[in-house]
Amino acid sequence: MEVLQAIAAHYNHWITIFLMVAGLYVVVARGNMIKKLIGLSLFQTSVYLLYISPGKILGGTAPIIDPSIEVYSNPLPHVLILTAIVVGVATLALGLGLVVRINEVYGSIEEDEIFTREDDDE
Amino acid sequence: MIEHHLPVLIVLVPLFGALLSSLTHRGSIAWGVALLATVLTLAGAIALLARVTHEGVISYEIGGWAPPVGIEYRVDMANALVILIVASIAAVIVPYARVSVAREIAADQHAWFYTMYLLCVTGLIGIAVTGDAFNAFVFLEVSSLATYTLIALGPSRRSLLSAYQYLIMGTIGATFYIIGVGLLLTITGTLNFVDLAARIADTQYDQALLAAFAFITVGIGLKLALFPLHVWLPNAYAKAPSTGTALLASTATKVAVYLLVRIYFSVFGVDKIIGDIPVLELLLILSIAAMFFASIVAVFEKNVKRLLAYSSVAQVGYMILGVSMATTTALTGTLVHLANHALMKGAAFLAIGAVAYQLGSVSLDRMKGVGRVMPITMGCFVVAGLSLIGVPGTVGFISKYYLVIAAFEKGWWWLAFLIVASSLIAVFYVGRVVEVAWFSAPDTEAAELRDPPLLMLVPTIILAAACVFFGVDASLTAGLAEGAANVLFGGYQ
Repeated sequence: MEVLQAIAAHYNHWITIFLMVAGLYVVVARGNMIKKLIGLSLFQTSVYLLYISPGKILGGTAPIIDPSIEVYSNPLPHVLILTAIVVGVATLALGLGLVVRINEVYGSIEEDEIFTREDDDE
Repeated sequence: MIEHHLPVLIVLVPLFGALLSSLTHRGSIAWGVALLATVLTLAGAIALLARVTHEGVISYEIGGWAPPVGIEYRVDMANALVILIVASIAAVIVPYARVSVAREIAADQHAWFYTMYLLCVTGLIGIAVTGDAFNAFVFLEVSSLATYTLIALGPSRRSLLSAYQYLIMGTIGATFYIIGVGLLLTITGTLNFVDLAARIADTQYDQALLAAFAFITVGIGLKLALFPLHVWLPNAYAKAPSTGTALLASTATKVAVYLLVRIYFSVFGVDKIIGDIPVLELLLILSIAAMFFASIVAVFEKNVKRLLAYSSVAQVGYMILGVSMATTTALTGTLVHLANHALMKGAAFLAIGAVAYQLGSVSLDRMKGVGRVMPITMGCFVVAGLSLIGVPGTVGFISKYYLVIAAFEKGWWWLAFLIVASSLIAVFYVGRVVEVAWFSAPDTEAAELRDPPLLMLVPTIILAAACVFFGVDASLTAGLAEGAANVLFGGYQ
């Protein structure tokens, strides 16, 4: 019972870990370049949760300075993750841009197909 | 006034240079902007090093917010040296880019090339100068995103694939790093390196700390191409535009090595974690594997750019070898090799870039007799090659001297033997290029070639000359590296 409680109490971490591993798995296991990028995004998104969920304090409000409020959530992780989201979007955009170009010159976005074709070239 | 803001200016100048050159749309103007920005950055880096040498550590508060709440730029001997390496290589290579880029990249993309070049420099200097773990991640991504684009601008369609593959690997690496930093933040509640060091010293040994350490190690390991996390590197270096390859090969992995050393020795400290688990032994094994495996692969490689890229993986092995020995002498070896390898790999890739410029290929099959018709270019390559081997009188010897001495200090004579033995493999891969370039007669195609324009030749000669100069008189580089090693080892006082 205690074990179950411990598991349930940290459910946010379990979600984080699941997203992390699932994302990484998609990156490794899929040959489709778009799917790989989706996996990569999932992987990056899990980090947002990793940062933000420990910053929440039960019963705490948003970090607004007001004499009537005493318990705040930690604002720092939110600020950091705002930056990380921007980085994630930029990475995804660049990755998709590259895939578009690859599709233009190779006519495919499947890694297997492209590599067999490349081997013929060389 | 300006002097006070130097730590942030060396980041802002290339950043705004990048913005300006992206707005120009004209290759020639963008080149001018890049030249100006990198020269100013170099001047700033020299001034910064001079100030640190005289006055000690400089702490700069971004936006006037005092650390640990605000972001701190903290310059000491160690990162002043790294910043100087990045800034000087960046400034020396820009003139070369003018001619090389004009041939390899479509005219409407020239301005973008210089934009990415400057952004990459911005990111690399940013990683070196910052004293904040999260800020380092942001700069890591700035430089990485610029690097992916730089590689994708390369001449062949394979460049796109290489860029994509590096993007996947690089992002995984950066994300691993940021997971580690996130765990550290949860444990300690701070991101400032100095503050982190103090709080980690007070924390009990626990698994979360260990996990943070592991994530950071793997993340940075991917970025610095630590064997066996190096698979992205040969393709990325081989397919990037020649100028881009020279910049990346001489600076990108070096900055990652610096970040690793900083976090290992200044933030975590030798006694904490590193003393608890056998991570240094692991690094020792991986670096020896890199020294041998990557060198042997290089011997059988036909594309000279890929050959040099594999040699880079091996050379990174020597740097990490210094880290794994964890003594002041060994760390001096690592840091002096950062500078020396930047010079020799820069010279080698610039020389090969000149061959690509004239011949249109860097395949060994087509390089017969190139040395006879392009004597100055290939002469520089030979000097760089001798440095890679570690022949006395070149910078490579200085690096290996420190590593061998460090091995003897630890009583690891077998390691000294391995260092020398792996250097002998370098004789083979450098020898193959030299043999083809100098000892076979040029065929009809190669006979027409001559040395490239002065703009390309002079940067190559400067770097090759530096390989010899700092090999004969190492007092400057080794002195700086020794100071840096002491700073890193001392932790934050």
